[in-house]
Amino acid sequence: MSGETVFEKSRPGRQTRYISPRAELPASYREVPEDLLRAAPPSLPELTEAEVVRHYTNLARMNWGVDVGFYPLGSCTMKYNPRLAEQIASWPEFSAAHPLRPARAAQGWLRALYETERMLSELCGMARFTLQPSAGAQGELCGMLMVRKYHRDRGDSRNIVIVPDSAHGTNPATCSLAGFQVKVCPSGPDGLVDISALKEMLDDQVAGIMLTNPNTLGLFEREIQTICDLVHEAGGLAYYDGANFNALVGRFRPGDMGFDVVHLNLHKTFGTPHGGGGPGSGPVGVVEKLEPFLPTPLVRKGAEGFEYDYDRPHSIGRLHAFGGNALVVLRAYVYLRLLGSEGLREVSGSAVLAANYLKHRLEKAYQPSHAGRCMHEFVLSAAPQKKKRGVRALDIGKRLIDLGFHPPTVYFPLTVPEALMIEPTETENLETLDAFVEAMLQIAREAEENPDLLHEAPRHTPVGRLDEVRAAKELDIRRRPNKEDE
Amino acid sequence: MNLPEDLSYTATHEWMRRGDDGVTVGITDHAQSELTDVVFVDLPETGTHVDAGDEICSLESVKTVAYIYAPVAGAISAVNERLREEPELLNQDPYGEGWIVRITPDAPEKTVDLLDAAGYRKSIESEAEG
Repeated sequence: MSGETVFEKSRPGRQTRYISPRAELPASYREVPEDLLRAAPPSLPELTEAEVVRHYTNLARMNWGVDVGFYPLGSCTMKYNPRLAEQIASWPEFSAAHPLRPARAAQGWLRALYETERMLSELCGMARFTLQPSAGAQGELCGMLMVRKYHRDRGDSRNIVIVPDSAHGTNPATCSLAGFQVKVCPSGPDGLVDISALKEMLDDQVAGIMLTNPNTLGLFEREIQTICDLVHEAGGLAYYDGANFNALVGRFRPGDMGFDVVHLNLHKTFGTPHGGGGPGSGPVGVVEKLEPFLPTPLVRKGAEGFEYDYDRPHSIGRLHAFGGNALVVLRAYVYLRLLGSEGLREVSGSAVLAANYLKHRLEKAYQPSHAGRCMHEFVLSAAPQKKKRGVRALDIGKRLIDLGFHPPTVYFPLTVPEALMIEPTETENLETLDAFVEAMLQIAREAEENPDLLHEAPRHTPVGRLDEVRAAKELDIRRRPNKEDE
Repeated sequence: MNLPEDLSYTATHEWMRRGDDGVTVGITDHAQSELTDVVFVDLPETGTHVDAGDEICSLESVKTVAYIYAPVAGAISAVNERLREEPELLNQDPYGEGWIVRITPDAPEKTVDLLDAAGYRKSIESEAEG
């Protein structure tokens, strides 16, 4: 297909009746002062409706998503988004409700928010949740600001947060943004937190630890209770990064492991769409002693029904207008009600089973980061392929595109050279998993017999291998359709 | 693999060269090859004091973000300003035009464990097998 943009396809005078730049202005706009009005109409592209529809439909066909095919992007948990949640979120009773509507006229909405909070609290073993944060990253910030306030309100100035070396990059970034100093705790040879190294790092300056369990290698931190106990003994708090909660949901509760704060990425466990720029949702749960610090307002059950609770003097404040990205929360609510506690147990069980099946079938052709069972994801290394034939993890990923699969995450976690991180999620059938295995085994053979095939991949896509250096260095992607706009 | 005999190396893939104007620090040929194309260098400010083993700055390649650690304690006396516009110098000439910082060492001098060229070669070979 042509790579032309809508601006390049534009021809003067072509138009779609109801989006014409020549349309009459509504009367209210005529009140805008003369000197604020632009002299010439904006240079919007001029196309017919059919041209616009074809343009965007063709672009959409070049896209890849869970609705198109297998998407084993490790650490990202590319879950299927049930259509029922989409359907209910589109009901005007939800989507058209004004957020400033008084509580008595918004009981249905408030009930959905209240019940979501109760269900998430139950699943995580936490006392309460805030649904406000716009996404996981803001959830992390929310959680760490509460950790900070907890210590400061006790007159304690401790300022160090421990983060394992296998952590997600957002964890150290969050600590910096929340005003903490980061100390990195090394993993042992088994890929788990090195307890003796942790013990040496703990003192009265440690505000807490941020941990993902299962960790980024897809391994369950077996000593998690010991880790939390040690941190608590030193006076710190334990923060659970819920990025990998899909492996545990319905079976294990972070609160029972000893965690004090939890953030969840709703898209990574509760089937809401991936943000890709928004809107997302990153609820944060806390144990009782941190409850006063939650963002305001929360929804509570009063004598006359559900209501907003603004009377929270110790709160860290507000992170988002109204109830957060409420329509995303609502999708999670539908997902929770749709599956129930038994269904959620099956989600984590199937996610872990699928990952172990793939690991078992692939670990002869590729070097696994660790032997034995994994949780919901696992990491293979292409280091042997690189040493022998100069085939890198990146080449394997690109070749998978040719074979009809989205590549796994590559070069993460940083602790594994030439990492390929694979996470199938719970919804794939055996035929799809087998087809992926066959593709990976074919690539392993090609790496031996014809490495150039991999170096040149992808060959069957509209564009070949992209110039990543230029993409990273020349960030200016603004189009300047006309000279006068420059 | 290019490993000049006159340099000292660290297990974290920095090299250092002693000269009249202090200690010059950069990343090894092996490190630049593992990183692939470097697209951004977050240079530190001159005058900053670092302990041996402290993080000096970060590099961003198309593949990953990596951190550079000080092989020697001291004050950063100069940074390679050219890297701001031409980070590719790190890939093209890691031991020359791609140097990163110069450090005026404290007295008495404190360093991390330093390796000679043969020792560093051994260290990366064992890493590859690990």
